[in-house]
Amino acid sequence: MQDIINLIEEEQIKKDIPDFRPGDTVNVHVKVVEGARERIQIFAGTVLRRRGGGLGETFTVRRISQGIGVERTFPVHSPRIDKIELVRRGKVRRARLNYMRDRFGKKAKIKEKRETR
Amino acid sequence: MLRSVKKGLLARKIGMTQVFSEDGQAMAVTVLEAGPCVVTKKRTPENDGYNGIQVGFSGVKDKKLNRPDRGQFTKADVKPLRWLREFRVEDAEQYEIGQEISAGLFQEGDLVDVTGISKGKGFAGGIKRHNFHRGPMKHGSKYHRRSGSLGAKGPARVFKGRKMPGRLGGKKVTVQKLTVFKVYPEKNILLVTGAVPGPRNGLLSIKNSVKA
Repeated sequence: MQDIINLIEEEQIKKDIPDFRPGDTVNVHVKVVEGARERIQIFAGTVLRRRGGGLGETFTVRRISQGIGVERTFPVHSPRIDKIELVRRGKVRRARLNYMRDRFGKKAKIKEKRETR
Repeated sequence: MLRSVKKGLLARKIGMTQVFSEDGQAMAVTVLEAGPCVVTKKRTPENDGYNGIQVGFSGVKDKKLNRPDRGQFTKADVKPLRWLREFRVEDAEQYEIGQEISAGLFQEGDLVDVTGISKGKGFAGGIKRHNFHRGPMKHGSKYHRRSGSLGAKGPARVFKGRKMPGRLGGKKVTVQKLTVFKVYPEKNILLVTGAVPGPRNGLLSIKNSVKA
């Protein structure tokens, strides 16, 4: 039974998603519809979490916009996302970076992860 | 009089998932294995006083059936099937015994009514069964999940139809006006928006919506 559901989900699952994790900095290219026109807007920030699996997987990106923290949650496989760009890998020890919400300034910095070997 | 259906099909619930529609909206859909159904008997006004077809769904081992059931299939000369149900139709003569009806009967965007037996919840209280409100759980309250007043004092009795705790679920339920999201005719798979009654693997009947 699950096979059939997987098969249906398979059709819409994107295969070109970069392997990004919580702590990474990403640029999300979002398709925005304005009236009849469609343009692409970039939402750049740190990934706080990825949850779920299959077609229903989502991720949350946090950025500081004009001094105010803004979080957006996107479905990973949403057709409204043009592409996800991995900018920088972050060195974190948690899967959910909820502590980032209480931090600002220098404390809100995530160290870059150096690729080992 | 029972309403006759334009399209009727038996199906098995496979499960629910989430897919994206064309405009990028995430939609909750139920996956159904719909058909192939086989016409096993015709009901005609001359014989039975009404027009209808009996259809069967889902193959089964011969030995799983009892003798009267097996006789039905031998007579119709079709393979044994697990479920047999009837649909009222306009004219039974349009169908032939042994004819297969598959998921291709429905198209994307069609509105359908789905009938099934809802999941049994056993003896349930008023909150679950009739959406009653709960009392406070703290602050010395002893009124937690009980049903409240059963009515006025004057009549000195409880009126019929008072909502009370009791058996919930396990009943025939129809969900009307669901949209067919997608059809896979070659696999006999149907995607319907929203939820349908019953457990996974449960039998469902799909008809064209009376409200369409």
